[in-house]
Amino acid sequence: MTKKDTLIIDRIANAARTGRITRRDFMHYAIATGMTASAATGLWTTSAKAQPKSGGTFRVGMHDSNTADTHNPGTYLSIQQIFLAHTHRAYLTLIETDQSLGGDVASEWSGSDDASEWTFKLRDNATFHDGRKVVANDVIASMNFHRGEESTSAAKALLTDVVDITAPDDSTVVFALSGPNADLPWLMTDYHLTIQPANDDGTIDWESGIGCGPYRITEGEFGVGFKLERHDGWHGEGAYFDALELIAINDPNARQTALVTGDVDAVTAIDLKTLALLQRDPNIMVDNVPSASAITMPMHCDTAPFDNVDVRMALKLAMNRDEIVEKIAFGAGLPGNDFHHSPAQPYYPEGLDQLSYDPDKAKSLLQKAGAEGLTVDLSSAESIFSGAVDMCVLYAEHAKAAGITINVVREPNDGYYSDVWLKKPFCCVAWGARPTPDVMYSLAYKSDAAWNESRWINDRFNELLGQGKAELDDTKRAEIYREMAEIARDDGGTIIPFFRNFVFGRRANVEHSGELAASWEMDGCRAASRWWFA
Amino acid sequence: MGDLVGLVARRLGLGLVTLFVVSILIFFAVELLPGDIAEAVLGQGATEETVTALREQLGLDRPAPIRYLDWLAGAVTGDFGVSLVSGERVSAAIGERFVNTLFLATYAAVIAVPISILLGVIVALLRNSIFDRVANVLTLTSISSPEFFLGYILILYLAVRTSMFPAIASLGSDMTLVELLHRTFLPALTLVLVVTAHMMRMTRAAIINLLASPYIEMARLKGTPPWKVIVKHALPNAWAPIINVVALNLAYLITGVVLVEVVFVYPGIGQLLVDAVAKRDFPIVQACCLIFAATFILLNLAADVGSILTNPRLRHPK
Repeated sequence: MTKKDTLIIDRIANAARTGRITRRDFMHYAIATGMTASAATGLWTTSAKAQPKSGGTFRVGMHDSNTADTHNPGTYLSIQQIFLAHTHRAYLTLIETDQSLGGDVASEWSGSDDASEWTFKLRDNATFHDGRKVVANDVIASMNFHRGEESTSAAKALLTDVVDITAPDDSTVVFALSGPNADLPWLMTDYHLTIQPANDDGTIDWESGIGCGPYRITEGEFGVGFKLERHDGWHGEGAYFDALELIAINDPNARQTALVTGDVDAVTAIDLKTLALLQRDPNIMVDNVPSASAITMPMHCDTAPFDNVDVRMALKLAMNRDEIVEKIAFGAGLPGNDFHHSPAQPYYPEGLDQLSYDPDKAKSLLQKAGAEGLTVDLSSAESIFSGAVDMCVLYAEHAKAAGITINVVREPNDGYYSDVWLKKPFCCVAWGARPTPDVMYSLAYKSDAAWNESRWINDRFNELLGQGKAELDDTKRAEIYREMAEIARDDGGTIIPFFRNFVFGRRANVEHSGELAASWEMDGCRAASRWWFA
Repeated sequence: MGDLVGLVARRLGLGLVTLFVVSILIFFAVELLPGDIAEAVLGQGATEETVTALREQLGLDRPAPIRYLDWLAGAVTGDFGVSLVSGERVSAAIGERFVNTLFLATYAAVIAVPISILLGVIVALLRNSIFDRVANVLTLTSISSPEFFLGYILILYLAVRTSMFPAIASLGSDMTLVELLHRTFLPALTLVLVVTAHMMRMTRAAIINLLASPYIEMARLKGTPPWKVIVKHALPNAWAPIINVVALNLAYLITGVVLVEVVFVYPGIGQLLVDAVAKRDFPIVQACCLIFAATFILLNLAADVGSILTNPRLRHPK
């Protein structure tokens, strides 16, 4: 190794220590200097990855903080609620920083051979903030809160195939399902499914805000902010900060200013328009994490002209996704390939042919379908995401080259999801991240799903979906999802312009492991228990 | 003086009628918004089943006029109901935030009112001088810029560049008054800049208007110095329009601060109202709007009473 190489390695090790580069980049650069992979791994663990330190009060500025939010897990919707949920409450399972599935309150789990019965073993050291031990009854009551006739929980649809939940003993919970579901342990990471203390009558106490998570709420008000302190004896690893302050800052400019002036230590959702300027500040680190949150444009496959697969394919080919990612997402996104499965989810099929902008092919497909000079209306609204209407206008320009006229219809922001989505034949939608492809496909692509937004019915796809649900062998499952992805890309009724990145910032003295869970912003919304002050 | 008491009583009675009409307008305006509270609460997670269940729980399946009368029956006995979304009592949800809003408005008013009246008198005295022009240009510039823009400019120079004041005004429960005043200085200053021009220009105009009157000419002829002419002779006659414009601006300090609250992350009533409208949380919207309406009614009444008290001709009508 030359002296220059040593210098370079020092520099990248330094960059990794301060969190400027990820582990993956670190390995890349280190190997480029001629190091072997194993030597580079050793260097990462010994010198680059900083050791967590305890202490300090971590102040987070958060967007999407509404005064009308509550602790009711059935109505969790805003980032404020979801971040708080991962901080003062706990789940059965969680998504680790390397995107694998780990245990939270559950220490281990196993499925029956046909994946229709799942047994979770609870940790014996998990406690609520008032000192009570977390037992199987608490888990059952917390799950039943989302089930049954009376429930108004938004997670009700997620648990419809759960028939019964029983507790053979205080530390074991058994889920009996109506059919196979190999993804049940993944489903338990859903943000609604927090564990609350059970009341004697089998209901749960969500009002008090007592949870079994790493931090305990000391005071707070939704839409203003919360103060929390460490829950001593928390069952997990981490929780390095002594105390937390979550501050509601809905205005993007105010949030960034607070980060720049040091009034907060980290913020959610950085405004992409000013991202480049913010990155120039040496006191600020920006994390840019690819996610499974997608922007979609469903076309109703039972409505002319979208009932013709050639027309659908022509519309897919008439979009220049790279330009949309560059101009609308300011580079913080990943072009879609029209199957709703992101690289941030497990079983991602690598190496499938990417749909690219090809107006000539689109034109010839339209000719074949006898639909030359196609004119369609595309509904959009600015509330879907910042830039949604611009994206549709840009798409309309792309489509002109293929002889397609797209009229962009700007719908009112208010009530978009009740009046336009699922009702207008071609519209624009933003989807939150779901943990696995099965959850996503079952929710919005299964033929009889309530949210089958493109009204797409493909027998082979639905058959594979059923097989995938019951398959416990990972290799076979990956094969199934690969075929489903191809079918959705070639036949499906949904255009996916891009997957959004989560972009959030922190002061340079806030450190993390270099790997971030991609399920939510801020390290899967677990920054409070995973990050630390240098 | 008996007339004055009668006037106040009459105006308060009319104010109640106004509030009643406002409450009807607000209720039906909220009803007219597309979507409803059940859908807003459940968001994208709403299915037909859960929406229907939630509607039933909240009593939204009953016709609108019945729900309004229900609310009215509670309101006349002082019970403004509970938030439909969080289930919290409206008084509890609004109470602390309204106090915060009042605090910020008072802070701004205490600075803005004396400064603008004083400035108004000075520019009337030095009218058409350089000082007059500069003061006019500066105050008119600040009133012509949107509040959030002024806020950002102040943040840039006083928080980011010089770190004299914090950029966000979030409040803690254990702050001393000095800390509180320091923390909320930038939002208060923004409000001061927004309301100063109006009050200052009105003071100047009212005084200059009087300067052409024969009695002022008389005062001048007998050799009274210019400042005395204005303060002793012109100002007492100019109070009525000045008080009116001050009252209007005070009302604005309470009702028009949403943008300032957002920019400075101040937990006031404006943000609460915006969130409540987004969620169709009718009891909160209604209570906030009634507070705003009552603020206008009371301040207008105060302005009229003030004009009468400062004007002997109105106090003793022929």
